[in-house]
Amino acid sequence: MPKPKLAVYWAASCGGCDIAILDIEDKILAVADFFDLCLWPCAADFKYADVRAMDDKSITLTLFNGAIRNSENYEIARLLRGKSVVLAAFGSCATEGGIPGLANLTGKEAILDYVYIKSPSTVNPDKIYPQPRCKVPEGEIYIPEMWNTVRALHQVIDVDYIIPGCPPQSDQIAAVVGAVIDILSTGKPLPPKGTVLGASEKSCCDECPRKRDVKKITKFRRPFEGPTDPDICLMEQGLVCLGPATRSGCGAKCVSAGMPCRGCYSLPANVRDQGAKMVSALASVVDSTDPTEIDRIIATIPDPVGTFYRFSLAESFLRRKQA
Amino acid sequence: MDFEPKILGLLCNWCSYTGADLAGTARMKYPPNVYTVRVMCSGRVDPGFILDAMRAGADGVLVCGCHPGDCHYVEGNYKCLRRIPLTKKLLEGFGIDPRRLRLEWVSASEGGRFKEVVTEFTEQIRALGPLKLNDWAFAEQPLEVHEAA
Ligand code: FES
Repeated sequence: MPKPKLAVYWAASCGGCDIAILDIEDKILAVADFFDLCLWPCAADFKYADVRAMDDKSITLTLFNGAIRNSENYEIARLLRGKSVVLAAFGSCATEGGIPGLANLTGKEAILDYVYIKSPSTVNPDKIYPQPRCKVPEGEIYIPEMWNTVRALHQVIDVDYIIPGCPPQSDQIAAVVGAVIDILSTGKPLPPKGTVLGASEKSCCDECPRKRDVKKITKFRRPFEGPTDPDICLMEQGLVCLGPATRSGCGAKCVSAGMPCRGCYSLPANVRDQGAKMVSALASVVDSTDPTEIDRIIATIPDPVGTFYRFSLAESFLRRKQA
Repeated sequence: MDFEPKILGLLCNWCSYTGADLAGTARMKYPPNVYTVRVMCSGRVDPGFILDAMRAGADGVLVCGCHPGDCHYVEGNYKCLRRIPLTKKLLEGFGIDPRRLRLEWVSASEGGRFKEVVTEFTEQIRALGPLKLNDWAFAEQPLEVHEAA
């Protein structure tokens, strides 16, 4: 019997998700044993044409990382959806837009203008911008067209499962891949569509080893502004920690090491908008009932939108900056 | 067509909703643009309600609660008082005029005040115009195949 096929793809991503897959160490051998790899741009030399030539639904599992920010990302997402039986959004960018989603705070024109005209290291007197199509003596060539808005994968195609994290933790990946191999080889039923794999339902705070008091604060500060107490809730020490608005599953690594949660593991099951949840959480530690003093304290939070929605802007209620 | 603002009003059960009721029983006239939803306390207003309402088509959101010190649950309205300015910061970050969100204290006896608040806020939103979310939804696009890749 031929082996089941596996595809791993990167769209608008940094490559960290691919590295996290390789980081499952010797278990990668079991993956190679069980599956037949058919696409993995980061690690192997397969061509899109190879995938196009395959039958529909002939790829058993696709792990898709990266956000959708240009026509190529979208094209390959649609291609892989058609060819795959099971397609999982892998990592924050595919799940909720991730860091590339922060580009939704500006737009295509402003970004191209900065990169090709305004950035200090650019000399471009003729104002040459990349064009999606361009005629050269050899014929017409093209590059993918950049979109104005970055999207999460499920906003453009149907997604079966979600594996959050920036990147997903290797032990979680190993567990998920192990479970998939087990299901496929024993014929057990798949989990219901839409299940979040490799994470729990609750928030990062539920895994956090720090103690919570009811301490309130009069000023927010950033991690580099002095040491933190190793045992007390970081928010109660004035740090903007996204723990309350973030799914657990990472093992509370950052907070245990003294860094406030950056919010990469997507939203807990009972939260619909990370920023809104953070507003509630932070408002509860602000020590004042006086409007002017409240304004002063919240003014010490640098960049609320960029911080609260660091990974989930494209998936937030409002999704992008309005013109 | 003239623009008629759509405003979501989140009114606390113990003071502001009763105040709005009083405005009604006293037959005071005020614009019909506020769609009221009764919540138990202004402290129950999750900032997500506000953002979700704007996503769903509200041009403005009005939150009303008991005066400071009068909250039925002692300090729910202080919670709200701290959330609203931070929510306004989010709106600003999203390029939405923060004046589309307003917090007002209206007691059970202040029917007249409710009328004033609604009238003024409706005019404010009318002046700001409709809230349009640009490029928010995804429109299916034709599949472009890049053969050479
Ligand atoms: S009950 Fe009215 S604000 Fe809390």
